[in-house]
Amino acid sequence: MMRFVLFAAAAVAAPALAAKAPPAPHPGAEVYQNVCQACHMANAGGGEGAGKIPALAKNGALEAAGYPIMVVTGGKGAMPWFRGSLTDQQIADVINYVRSHFGNRYRDKVTPAMIEEMGLPAPKGGNRER
Amino acid sequence: MNMAAAGRAPTRREVLRAIGLMAGTAVLYQAMEVLGHARETQFAGPPNLQGARPGTRVVVLGAGLAGMLAAYELSKAGYNVQILEYNNRPGGRNWSLYGGDTYTELGGATQKVGFADGNYLNPGPWRIPYHHRALLHYCKAFGVKLEPFMQMNQQALLHSSKAFGGKPMRYRELHADWDGHVAELMSKAIDNRGLDGVLTKEDADRLKMALREWGALDKDFKYAKGWGSSRRRGFDRPQGGGVLGEPIPSEPYAFKDIMDSGIWRVVAQHMSIDHQHTMFQPVGGMGMIGRGFARQVDGKIRYNQKVTSISQQGGKVTVTHTDTGTGLVSTTEADYCVCTIPLSVLSQIDVDCSPGLDAAIRAVPYSNSVKVGLEFRRRFWEEDEAIYGGISFTDREISMISYPSGGLHSSGPAVVLGAYTFGPASYKFAGMTPEERIQRALEQGSVFHPGRYKEEFIGGAAVAWSRVPFTLGCCAMWNEDTRKEHYQTLVAVDDRLVLAGEHASYVGCWMEGAILSSLDAVTRLHKRALEA
Repeated sequence: MMRFVLFAAAAVAAPALAAKAPPAPHPGAEVYQNVCQACHMANAGGGEGAGKIPALAKNGALEAAGYPIMVVTGGKGAMPWFRGSLTDQQIADVINYVRSHFGNRYRDKVTPAMIEEMGLPAPKGGNRER
Repeated sequence: MNMAAAGRAPTRREVLRAIGLMAGTAVLYQAMEVLGHARETQFAGPPNLQGARPGTRVVVLGAGLAGMLAAYELSKAGYNVQILEYNNRPGGRNWSLYGGDTYTELGGATQKVGFADGNYLNPGPWRIPYHHRALLHYCKAFGVKLEPFMQMNQQALLHSSKAFGGKPMRYRELHADWDGHVAELMSKAIDNRGLDGVLTKEDADRLKMALREWGALDKDFKYAKGWGSSRRRGFDRPQGGGVLGEPIPSEPYAFKDIMDSGIWRVVAQHMSIDHQHTMFQPVGGMGMIGRGFARQVDGKIRYNQKVTSISQQGGKVTVTHTDTGTGLVSTTEADYCVCTIPLSVLSQIDVDCSPGLDAAIRAVPYSNSVKVGLEFRRRFWEEDEAIYGGISFTDREISMISYPSGGLHSSGPAVVLGAYTFGPASYKFAGMTPEERIQRALEQGSVFHPGRYKEEFIGGAAVAWSRVPFTLGCCAMWNEDTRKEHYQTLVAVDDRLVLAGEHASYVGCWMEGAILSSLDAVTRLHKRALEA
């Protein structure tokens, strides 16, 4: 899989505008928009058809940070693993973003070191057949 | 076995059928290999199951190709079959969106497709390799009319942001120049004695002559402007009649530019066994296969049924399901169950099975992809550029646009596949609203046909597989570890239950995988039922 190319949003803020500049977007927001919302939706509300895509909004299962770390790195059910396609920094950023937005107010922060320590490795030989 | 009774030497077909009846399809396949009949997928003919115990009931979950074929073959064998389907139509991922269709994805976005009569988008499968013999067999048997699918078109375009200043180039020119330059380099390597260690003098000479022919080199073994190279890449002034009939040769592009274009990736893709000529598509859209299969199991499908649990208690199978329209909960009892529900959904259903199968069902994630159909007022790619079917490739997120293979050289509106995303682009596109996907596809695809693409655009449709309500994804994503740990358990008959579908095959993400899996599953289930 190709690595995601993300743009450093902070680098462009000009000093003259600093007083009126909007707050820098959360670094996890772009990862969420480019990856997670494909299933979990822009409002993190999930969806339900023959099966269910869980809502991440107001989600009590996110309280223990180890749980989203395991799911994002290793996948769960229909959800593929994202270790290897996202960097550990991106995984930490997006978990922090979701745990502090969409009605979630968990104050502890996830770090790339925690992803390294608790995350699952990407499986070997995973191939997409066309 | 009726061959002895016939009182004559058995035909080869009868021998093969006899081996198949006694020992199963694996042995039959080996026998066919020996007799020189093997093809790329393992299809040895329909299973011809016979002799079901009267009154034995089978419930089939899912009216996709695997489910409907299971129902067809088991009904022929004498079983009483009932199919439960979540959607209000047959086919599953075998699906075409036509004008007048309405599609609501997860999250609630609804599209009313406005395509003209006869135009369609195939959100899922869209092409059939010539060696998918099982699918082809049933298409013929069920009266599904096929036509050629143009996979490779030398007149189509290749766009790379890293080459030719971002200008799309003809596949034909790039391919000819790639072969020509590589042939010239090889020839030079031979002259410089770079291959002395691996080739005899005689073979080196033969190779040089071969390279000249293969790469369209001139008499000096150079790939250069001239008649030979232009017969491949095209002339600056094409051959004509009369006064100005003489063609003017074209100048090949520099090798560095050809390298930058990445043309070899597209050439290599067309060499894959999945994309070699001949390829097929059904006349009128891929969904015609689903409809053709459904005609064979007429009256056996209950639509709008969402399965919530599968029990194997009490020497029978009990499936609980909810009518998605009325909310009415009911149960269907049977002696056996063929379950073709994608693992992405099945892993969320309460399935009464062995712990091993339960783990296997939960072990396989699903891929994602997005397809966008764009309808244009006229076939400007045909009328203005002589592109008849085939694919133009790009390194943008849409990855390709594919011109319709059906209705070639006709007038009126036509639908182009405007995006078929892979990898990260699939997630990015799936996260957009359908309107945003269509706009992005139009914007990115316009690089191929500036001045036409946006100007002739009428309307579009977009399907993001991660938001498809009946699959929550595209296809099963196996890897080496999960194959080793779970595959055999996943396909084994579990008491009264057997799984089938592309996820239960090694032809993943292809209709052929669903068909072969289904045939194998019903053959083993039938055996199990006769032994019970």
